[in-house]
Amino acid sequence: MISANLSAIFYLISGLLFILALRGLSSPETSRQGNFFGILGMVIAITVAFLSVGNFSTGFLYLLVFLLIGGSIGAFIAFKIPMTAMPELVAGFHSLVGLAAVFVAISAFLNPEVFNLGFSGAIKIASLIEMSFGASIGAITFTGSIIAFLKLRGIMSGAPITFKGQHLINLLLGLSIIVLIFYLCKTQTDSLFWRIIAISLLLGILLIIPIGGADMPVVISMLNSYSGWAAAGIGFTLENTALIITGALVGSSGAILSYIMCKGMNRSFFSVILGGFGAVEQSSSSENKKQKPVKSGNAEDAAFLIKNASSVIIVPGYGMAVAQAQHALREMVDTLKKNDIKVSYAIHPVAGRMPGHMNVLLAEANVPYDEVFELEEINNDFANTDVAFVIGANDVTNPIAKTDPQSPIYGMPVLDVEKCKSVLFVKRSLSPGYAGIDNDLFYRENTLMLFADAKKMTEDITKNL
Amino acid sequence: MEIDPFIFRLSIFILSIFIGYYVVWSVTPSLHTPLMSVTNAISSVIIVGAIIAALASNSENIFDTANIFGFMAIVLAAVNIFGGFLVTQRMLAMYKKKKKDK
Repeated sequence: MISANLSAIFYLISGLLFILALRGLSSPETSRQGNFFGILGMVIAITVAFLSVGNFSTGFLYLLVFLLIGGSIGAFIAFKIPMTAMPELVAGFHSLVGLAAVFVAISAFLNPEVFNLGFSGAIKIASLIEMSFGASIGAITFTGSIIAFLKLRGIMSGAPITFKGQHLINLLLGLSIIVLIFYLCKTQTDSLFWRIIAISLLLGILLIIPIGGADMPVVISMLNSYSGWAAAGIGFTLENTALIITGALVGSSGAILSYIMCKGMNRSFFSVILGGFGAVEQSSSSENKKQKPVKSGNAEDAAFLIKNASSVIIVPGYGMAVAQAQHALREMVDTLKKNDIKVSYAIHPVAGRMPGHMNVLLAEANVPYDEVFELEEINNDFANTDVAFVIGANDVTNPIAKTDPQSPIYGMPVLDVEKCKSVLFVKRSLSPGYAGIDNDLFYRENTLMLFADAKKMTEDITKNL
Repeated sequence: MEIDPFIFRLSIFILSIFIGYYVVWSVTPSLHTPLMSVTNAISSVIIVGAIIAALASNSENIFDTANIFGFMAIVLAAVNIFGGFLVTQRMLAMYKKKKKDK
């Protein structure tokens, strides 16, 4: 047994270590140390939890067994998962945190004596509110993340699912959760608690289905944030400092990432949450489909252009992840560097399906991180560059965002690739991107379209260099 | 008059939100994916709640309904802790600087 005060101090220490873990991520050099702090904080928290229970009987053995089962599943997944599948992995992990929060809340509701929250049927009002919110947000995180996982994995179509009155239903469900929590506090009826969880599970599904594939960076960050608030809610119930600090950190981290992602698309958070983007715009793209001349070329033309360039900027996008072209791309760049061509990478904040998606893929392909630049850092360099090599990106390069106020993506920050002397655009077809709008870049004088699979085209260009 | 302990916890919560705000803004955008996986791992500190729920039973029966929920939460949180930290480690190990001697 360990005194309550002492364990509270240890929980505080583990909370501080978690802050240091996030702090470490401010640069790649300190990040590994940061991760170590995170692990240390977790070890301290778990050890203190063991000691504070102080029940080293058979239950303790069971606990170790369950811990090892979960741990080995987690470790197995962590080592096996390909880097391209990182978005769905993170979504899947969020769902587990959500469900764990629900389970802990249920357990606290069924057996409140253990947590010093009063007695079954007479739980303290404050604790009841906290655990209801924790359970509710946890349940929303759980089902919402599962939908996000299915969409990212391609098991469910990435297209937004919308129906009439959708937002009204969500609003009513949200309000009914609040009302039920109110009555739960008043009457302490068991069935109300189950109803709150059931409605929250449903709400989680309904919240995420109208949001389309390319808005996933926002959704994942948002669910990240929710999982934090759920943990904080449970932290208040259990009066545990480590959980409260962590919940607040994770909650604000997810919220900031959502904000950055929205900013990268020049869209308000609410328009993303309300969803349906892309589904509405399809009509406008079909009427625009008059034939415009397009210059297309093959790998030899592309290799010729690149060989005669002195500087190249590579613009990767989600298509690169789909085609798993990052290694082929690195090989091409290696050949270019041997010919003394300056190569850098330009990454748009919302390229890919989650924040930082492209950076991880390039890192996996051994691209040094000091050759990879963010939008603001590199956007002025396009004008002094010979070739822009766009691989798997589309909407984030569309110059129409700067010129046409009618366009749905007007005002979105874009990479100024059209300012390069020539643009090589690797794409499978002329089809419009996620936003459902034509890319003006395809029809420019200085653009050469390379219609092929990104990986195959990159390999062919390397052969022709 | 005594201050309710809830107020102290609320203060910790709100101050932590502010710390989170400033710390996360200083995270370099290229590490946003590891940021998500590590926040995922640390939010699984909810396992402390699960451990208490699973073990601290006042009845003799270790597999009471409330305990079973605790044990299930332990498994879920453990998947996340090990998976989250290890996958973060794996990603961070890939971030390398340009080699000077080339």
